[in-house]
Amino acid sequence: MKAQSALAIWPPAASAAALETDHIILGFTLLTLLLTVPVFLAITYFAVRYRRGKRADRSTDERRSFLIEISWMLIPYALTLIFFGWGAKVFIASRNPPPDAMVVEAVGRQWMWKFQHPTGQSEINDLHLPVDQPIRIRITSQDVIHALYLPALRLQMAALPDRTTEIWFKADRTGTYRLYCSEYCGTDHSAMDGNLTLMTQADYQHWLTHAGAQQSNVAAGRAIYESYGCAGCHDGGVAGVKAPPLAGLYGREVHLADGRTVTADDDYIRAKILNPNADRLAGGGKQVMPSFRGVIPADDLDRLVGYLRSYDRVAEGTPQQGTPQQGTLQQGTRR
Amino acid sequence: MSRAGTLHGDAAAREPHTPQPTLDRPDDYLHARSTLRSWFLTTDHKRIALLYLASITAFFVIGAVAAGIVRLALVVPDGAIMTNDTYNKAFTIHGVVMVWFFLIPSIPATFGNFLIPLMIGAKDLAFPKLNLASWYVFMTGALFTLISVVLGGVDTGWTFYAPLSTAFSNTWVLPALIGVTIVGFSSILTGLNFVVTIHTMRAPGMTWFRLPIFVWTHYATSLIFLLATPVITLALILLIAERAFHVGVFDPAYGGDPVLFQHLFWFYSHPAVYIMVLPGMGVISEIVPAFAQKKLFGYRFVAYAAIGLASVTFFVWGHHMFVNGQSDLASLAFSALSFAVAVPSAVKVYNWTATIHKGNLRLDTPMLYAMGYIGLFVLGGLTGLYLATLAINQHIHATYFVVAHFHYIMVGGTVLAFLGGLHFWWPKITGRMYNEAWGRISALFIFVGFNVTFFPQFILGYLGMPRRYATYPPEFQLLNVLSSVGSTILAAGYLFPMVYLVYSLWFGRKAPANPWDAKGLEWETTSPPPPHNFSGAPRVPDVPYDYPIQAPETGSHHT
Repeated sequence: MKAQSALAIWPPAASAAALETDHIILGFTLLTLLLTVPVFLAITYFAVRYRRGKRADRSTDERRSFLIEISWMLIPYALTLIFFGWGAKVFIASRNPPPDAMVVEAVGRQWMWKFQHPTGQSEINDLHLPVDQPIRIRITSQDVIHALYLPALRLQMAALPDRTTEIWFKADRTGTYRLYCSEYCGTDHSAMDGNLTLMTQADYQHWLTHAGAQQSNVAAGRAIYESYGCAGCHDGGVAGVKAPPLAGLYGREVHLADGRTVTADDDYIRAKILNPNADRLAGGGKQVMPSFRGVIPADDLDRLVGYLRSYDRVAEGTPQQGTPQQGTLQQGTRR
Repeated sequence: MSRAGTLHGDAAAREPHTPQPTLDRPDDYLHARSTLRSWFLTTDHKRIALLYLASITAFFVIGAVAAGIVRLALVVPDGAIMTNDTYNKAFTIHGVVMVWFFLIPSIPATFGNFLIPLMIGAKDLAFPKLNLASWYVFMTGALFTLISVVLGGVDTGWTFYAPLSTAFSNTWVLPALIGVTIVGFSSILTGLNFVVTIHTMRAPGMTWFRLPIFVWTHYATSLIFLLATPVITLALILLIAERAFHVGVFDPAYGGDPVLFQHLFWFYSHPAVYIMVLPGMGVISEIVPAFAQKKLFGYRFVAYAAIGLASVTFFVWGHHMFVNGQSDLASLAFSALSFAVAVPSAVKVYNWTATIHKGNLRLDTPMLYAMGYIGLFVLGGLTGLYLATLAINQHIHATYFVVAHFHYIMVGGTVLAFLGGLHFWWPKITGRMYNEAWGRISALFIFVGFNVTFFPQFILGYLGMPRRYATYPPEFQLLNVLSSVGSTILAAGYLFPMVYLVYSLWFGRKAPANPWDAKGLEWETTSPPPPHNFSGAPRVPDVPYDYPIQAPETGSHHT
C-alpha cells in the first residue's frame, strides 16, 4: 500500500473530526510538558544543588502557604478538565450521526470482517467508501467480541455478538488507509485487518458498479475459507480427520462411491458445501463434514467457490501462504 | 553508635566496619530456628514475608521470560519467529503471572508483611496463622495456574473476556481461572489481617497521625483488597460456571451479556491498579525523607491522598469501556470521574518533590529508584488522562499507547518502588549490605532500559498499532525493534540485583541497625530483628519522619 516512512510520527487524518482529535492530543501533550518538565527539572536541580556535602542554604521557611499547596493541586486539575470538555464534545458529536448518513453494515467473525454496502454489494476485510458523505457503520459480531478500528478516522468501536453498535464519520481525504480488529479475538486476531479505501463519489459509484459487484479476490476467498473452518480439516490441521485436500481440486475428475465420475466444477463444489452427504466419494472415510446450507450467505459461497477455483495457483504463486498455525495468514490479506 | 559509620558520604564510600555485635546472633528471626518445618510452618510475619518474596521472585522470572518471548516475536512484522498461538499464549501468561502473581502481592505481601508490625511497634500481625494460610492459598492458586501453563497455556489475554474465554478458546482456560480465583482469597486474607492489625496492634503512643505513610497506603490498599476482590472472585466463578456448564451469564448464545463481564472485571481490576500503586507510593514516601534527611512534606495531605485514591478508584472502572458498547452518559460520567484521580496523585508527586527541596540528599540506590519512580509515575499518570479523554480514547484505546501507559505505572511505578524498597530494607531484612556500586548501575540500567522499551510504544499507539498483535504492518518495525532492544537492557538491569543481592547474603558486609540514619520504628531494632521484633518496648516519637531538617506541617501556621 502507500509508502509510509518508518519513522512517521504523524498518522494521516482523513476527517475533520480526526484532525480535531489530533489537536486535542497535541494540546494535551503541551500541557503534559508544562506540568512535567518543571517537576523533572526541579528534581534534577535539587539532586545536584542539595546533594550531601554540598554547601547550600537548607534553612526552611517557617511560614507555609496553604494557598500554594491548594493551588498546585487544583490548577493542574482545572487545566486538564479543559481537555475533558473538549474530548467530550468531539466524542458526543461522533456518537450522533446526521439523518442523511449512508449506512454500511460490518460483521466481525473469527477472523475476518465483512462489509455490506447499502446497494447490496459486500466485501471482505477491505472497505471502499466515498468521501464528503456522512457514513454510519453498524457493527456486530457473529462469535466473540471484536472491534473495528479505523486509525485514519481516529475511531474504533466494539463488535459485540447479538448486539449492534455504530460509529459515524464524514471523511474528507481520499486514499488507502489501514483498518484493524482492535479487540483481542483469538489465534488470528492480528490477521483480521485490511484496507480502508476512501474515494470520490464518482470513483465510489464506479467501484460499486464494476469492481464491487463482482469482487472475487483471492484474499477475500481465503479469509472465508479460513473463517468457515474449511482450512482446519482440508489443510490437514485437525488430527484424526482425513478430509481430502482441496488445492488443485478444481477441474479434476472425482470418483464417487456409486461408480460415477464427475468433474469438480462450480456446481459440484457448491453442492458438496451445501450438502456434503450427497455424492459420497469413492474410498472416502466416515463423512463428518457438516452442511453449510443456511450457514454461509450466497455472496460468501460465491467467494469461496471462486477461491477454490484458483486454489492450486494460489498455493504455487505465494509460497508464504500457510495455515493460521504458522502465523503467516496475513500475507494473504495484507499488501 | 550504629550510625557512626554513616555520617560521611555515600554508602559506597562508607567504611566496611561492623558497628555493633548484634548480627548473626543465634536469636535473630533468620537464625533462631533453621529447620524446614520452622520455615514452612512459621507464623512469624517476617519469615512469611520471605516465603512470599521467594515465590513472587520466581513468578517475576516466569513473567519476564514470557515478556522476552513477546519482544522476540515482535522483532519481525510477519510473525516468522513463532506461531500466532505461541505469541498469544506468551502475552497471556505474561499478563496473568505479572498481574496476579507478582504485582498484586509484590509490595503488600513482602514488605507490608515484614514491616507493618515493625513500623507500628507490634510483635506480629493480628492473625499470624491466617497470614501463613494466606501464603498457602496463594501457592495453591499459583499451582493451578502453573498447571495450565505446563499443559499448554492459555490464549485469552489476562482479561479473560467472554465469550472468547468461555466458548471459543481451545486452551487450558479452566485451570488458569481456578488459579486466579483462589489467589484472590489470599489477597482478602492479607487485607483483613492488615486492617485488623493497624487498628488494634499499634504500640502505645502510635496514634493514626504518627503512622508512617507506608502504613497508611497499606491500610488503603487493604480496604481495596477487602471491597474489590470479592467482585472478581464472583465474576471468575461465573466465568468458570459458564465455560464448564454453559450457564449463560456472559455468552449471548446462552442468553448472557458479554459487556456485563467487562463491568465486573474492571470493577475489580481498576481498583487493583491502586493495589499495585498505593504500596509503591508508601515505599517512596519512606525512601525520599530518609535520603533527603528531611521530614516528609505535607504528611497529612499525603496520608489523606492515599485514602482519597483508594476511594475514587472505585468510581472509574467504566473508563476501560468507552468504546465497548457502554452508554454515552456512562462514558461521560466515567471520563469526568477519572480526571479526579489526578488530584491526589499530584499531591503525592509535588510533596515528594518539595521534600527533596533543601534536603541533605544522598543519592544511594534506593533514592535513585525513588527518583526514577517519580519521573515514570508522572508520565504514566498523565498519559492515563489522555486515555480518560473520550475523543482521544476512541483512537488510542486498545493500542500500544495503553500498553505503554500501564507499564509506566506498573513497571515504572510498582516495580521501581519494589526494587527501591528491596534495597532500602535489605539490610534490615537480611542483616547484610549489598554492593552499592552494582546497585546504582542496575538502577541506571533499569531506568534507561525501561524508557527505551516503553517510550516508543506511546508513539506506536498514536500511530495506530493495535495491542496483542502477533503480526503487524511493516511500517511499525523500527519502533518495535527499538522496544525489543530496550527490553534486553531492562533484562540486564533485573538480572544484576538477583546476583549481587544473593551474593550479599553470604559475603555482604554486616548491616548496622540503621544504615541510612532513617526514622521509623523498624530502624530502632536490630538488623535482622529478633523473632518478636523488639527486645524492649519500642519508644514512639511524637512526630513521624522526625528528621533533622523540618518544615512545618500545614495547619500550624497561616492557614
